Amino acid sequence: MGITDWIEIGRMDELGRMDTPAHRLDARAKAIVTLAFIVVVMSFPRHDVSALTPFLLYPIALISLGRIPVGYLARKILIAAPFALFIGIFNPLLDRTPVTTIGTVAISGGWVSFGSIMFRFFLTVGAALALVACTGMNRLGAALERLGVPRVFVVQLLFLYRYLFVVSDQAGKMKRSAEMRSSGRPLRLRVYGSMIGHLLLRSMDRAERVYRAMVARGFDGEVRVLRPSSFVWSDAIFVAGCLLFFVSARLWNLAEAFGRLLTGGAM
Amino acid sequence: MSHHVVEVRDLSFAYPDGTEALRGVSFRIEHGGAVALIGGNGAGKSTLLLHLNGYLSTTRSDVRIGDTIVTRETAALARRAVGMVFQDPDDQLFMPTVAEDVAFGPLNAGLPPDQVESRVASALERVGMTHLRERPPYRLSAGEKRAVAIATVLAMSPDILVMDEPSSNLDPRARRRLIEHLLSFEHTKIIATHDLELVVEVCRHVLVMDAGRIVAQGPTVEILSDENLMLAHGLERPHILRHAHPH
Ligand SMILES: Nc1ncnc2c1ncn2[C@@H]1O[C@H](COP(=O)(O)OP(=O)(O)O)[C@@H](O)[C@H]1O
Ligand SMILES: [Mg+2]
Repeated sequence: MGITDWIEIGRMDELGRMDTPAHRLDARAKAIVTLAFIVVVMSFPRHDVSALTPFLLYPIALISLGRIPVGYLARKILIAAPFALFIGIFNPLLDRTPVTTIGTVAISGGWVSFGSIMFRFFLTVGAALALVACTGMNRLGAALERLGVPRVFVVQLLFLYRYLFVVSDQAGKMKRSAEMRSSGRPLRLRVYGSMIGHLLLRSMDRAERVYRAMVARGFDGEVRVLRPSSFVWSDAIFVAGCLLFFVSARLWNLAEAFGRLLTGGAM
Repeated sequence: MSHHVVEVRDLSFAYPDGTEALRGVSFRIEHGGAVALIGGNGAGKSTLLLHLNGYLSTTRSDVRIGDTIVTRETAALARRAVGMVFQDPDDQLFMPTVAEDVAFGPLNAGLPPDQVESRVASALERVGMTHLRERPPYRLSAGEKRAVAIATVLAMSPDILVMDEPSSNLDPRARRRLIEHLLSFEHTKIIATHDLELVVEVCRHVLVMDAGRIVAQGPTVEILSDENLMLAHGLERPHILRHAHPH
């Protein structure tokens, strides 16, 4: 199994072409809502966890309406998880003041904010990936351009996405050939270093050739798609509904309110 | 017709690292039909082809396609006239589906959706790949990829087809099908290749390159039968001409 299979980027394209209620929403509507989602989730104070839980609804709705396989998406999120871990892991060391207790164990502020960072990471990356999976990268790019995002930026994004495939393909081939010549011994670090260097050079060559082929067919930086979606009233309702929900969930801790409602607690 | 003329005059080109890839190349192709560009690895074939659509260009313009002198400013025009099929179809196919990939060129040309659609349909039909239109290109066999890569270029209705090693990596059946396609296209064709048997079948004229220069040109059988010439430039006389008697 090569790295290409591991990243399964082609699968993302396949998902993007499905026809479901989530796919039929206008790409611009989904882009706006997802961006708002990410901004709102990131705006929470760093010790909040419970107030964030209602935000699970949005990615879950996209995933279930878009019939996106959860296992697939989870694997994609896990690939990026080490980065969040790296960002969050210093919190427990730096911030040791206890803020809450579970049973008899005091939980420090550091661990709470660590949990909050990881949770926010899963929410935002999950929503972004779900967006791509129920829109398709090219259509998303075209939507961003129509929303006024600078063309250079959109093209960079699309290339990044395309080249991810190119790079992973190269990496897979190189790793396989190195392994075939290593008589079953694990590859040494020095070998990996040299491989990464080669990988970079080869990927740049490859990227150049892909770009060359695009230019040869008249690519001038504008992303064009065959059937641009149109923004209809159901898209407007979708945008308005989601934004309303995000704002309320940001202003009030809906999870706590819901809990009180269930347990019949006095307000 | 004048827009099928390809003329290159004293074209020299060095890559940024100093490699002199072209050293004064000149030729003129005015007849339709197919011309082969042959020569060993590193002879400069690919570099020459990249000048024909303005991807690479010199400050002096040494390339003329039809009535257009190819410069940075006119490159867009040249790209409409010259359809380029690259050596590795994986570089050429980058869209999520075959149909979208074939539509890429016509969309960039600003055609309306229904025309794009009909271009896609007829280009795929032309290479017999209609049944693959919704498939992702990277899952195709080498022969199918090559055929689709050709369709992406046909969809732009170029006057001139330029191909870099079109038969590399093909099995005999796919290669046979490619040759049949090439014979059926009415375009002026410029084909860089090592596949001399393909040259004999498809091309009437041959340009021989070595070390950045055109070292010989002429009718196919005459050039390819010249054992000394072929050996001197890292090539060999193709088997099917072994018993032929030129002149
Ligand atoms: N991007 C590049 N940078 C530097 N040198 C290059 C580059 N591409 C090709 N060359 C060199 O230019 C010469 C001609 O290459 P090329 O046109 O690819 O030959 P061919 O297609 O006939 O095999 C070779 O010496 C090759 O090493
Ligand atoms: Mg070459």
